[in-house]
Amino acid sequence: MIDPGKAVKETSAPPPTVPAGKKLVAAIIFGTAFGFLLQKGGVGKYNVLIGQLLLQDFTVAKVMMTAIVVGMIGVFTLHHFAKVNLDIHPTRIGAQIIGGMLFGVGFALIAYCPGTGAAALGQGSWDVLFGMAGLVAGSYLFAEMSGWLKRTVETWGDKGKVMLPDLLHIPRGVFVPAFALLLIAALFAIERFSTR
Amino acid sequence: MNPLTKTSWSPYLVGVGIGVLSWFSFATVDRQLGITTAFEYSAALTEQATAPQVVKPYLEAKAKDGKTPKIDWEWMLVLGVFIGAYASSKMSGDRAPEEKVPPLWRWRFGDSPGLRYAGAFFGGIIMMLGARIAQGCTSGHAISGILQLALSSWIFAPVMGVTGMAVAFLIYGKEGRRHV
Repeated sequence: MIDPGKAVKETSAPPPTVPAGKKLVAAIIFGTAFGFLLQKGGVGKYNVLIGQLLLQDFTVAKVMMTAIVVGMIGVFTLHHFAKVNLDIHPTRIGAQIIGGMLFGVGFALIAYCPGTGAAALGQGSWDVLFGMAGLVAGSYLFAEMSGWLKRTVETWGDKGKVMLPDLLHIPRGVFVPAFALLLIAALFAIERFSTR
Repeated sequence: MNPLTKTSWSPYLVGVGIGVLSWFSFATVDRQLGITTAFEYSAALTEQATAPQVVKPYLEAKAKDGKTPKIDWEWMLVLGVFIGAYASSKMSGDRAPEEKVPPLWRWRFGDSPGLRYAGAFFGGIIMMLGARIAQGCTSGHAISGILQLALSSWIFAPVMGVTGMAVAFLIYGKEGRRHV
């Protein structure tokens, strides 16, 4: 097994020292660009989102897979030249399986996720307001349960920060291009076999 | 034609844009694009003001991780998403239709807005509970985490996708596909 502590190599990039105020301005700018793109992509729409879950409309998959290919190649290139730090969330197998299942059930019901929900609100889909109230209520519930969760679910399969290439002993320089090619092939297949 | 006033862009162009955005967010502010934390912190701050006793263990655990809830990066990011989507839909005129209930939902559950609102609220609770337990959502895990090849996200995203599809088919059935 891999040692979680060593699995993620620290980069030599010093964390950028950005003043708090500038960071918030940057957040607004990034958020605005993100929201603009989400709306133009149509992924803040109920039918598009549920259409993806029903495997009828592949817009969401196209947006996400393209973003992953482009983001991954850029971020790993920058990381290789020590320009950025990675921000890896710790692996807790139990938490990610249970959390993923709950999220999936919620997704099928509300259709919007937290990010596309904010975009849906921006374009005037008012039903999302009730979904957002639910999101805040869910956070409240999580805070109530967090003591219990820390003692139980979060200890199940707690592996620390693990990255796939290290786990599989494949160099990143091989894994990243191979995964990018796989995603591009999948996009071609979607384009070939789906109507939307 | 001005691209800003177009109703929709190619999903590939949008994907490239989001990918490039992630480079800038890593490079300039050392953060990935994540959304859910804003909701968690909003709830925590409200709770701190209204029921400090209940939320104390949670806040203590967060302080230990050096992540004291406050209005910060993620919160501003969510605000930005709202502004950006508003601007985009205003420029193109692609505003959400007036109808309170989405057509697919109406086909399955009838046109009572109350039922749709209750479904969205209940769905929101389950979704956020899942997101907080797994420590991420569609943005944080399914895009940012997958692209960083984090094992945590590679577990979360497929489980989320398969569960979401299974429940969507349970709710709407194959017949529903003709109504999207």
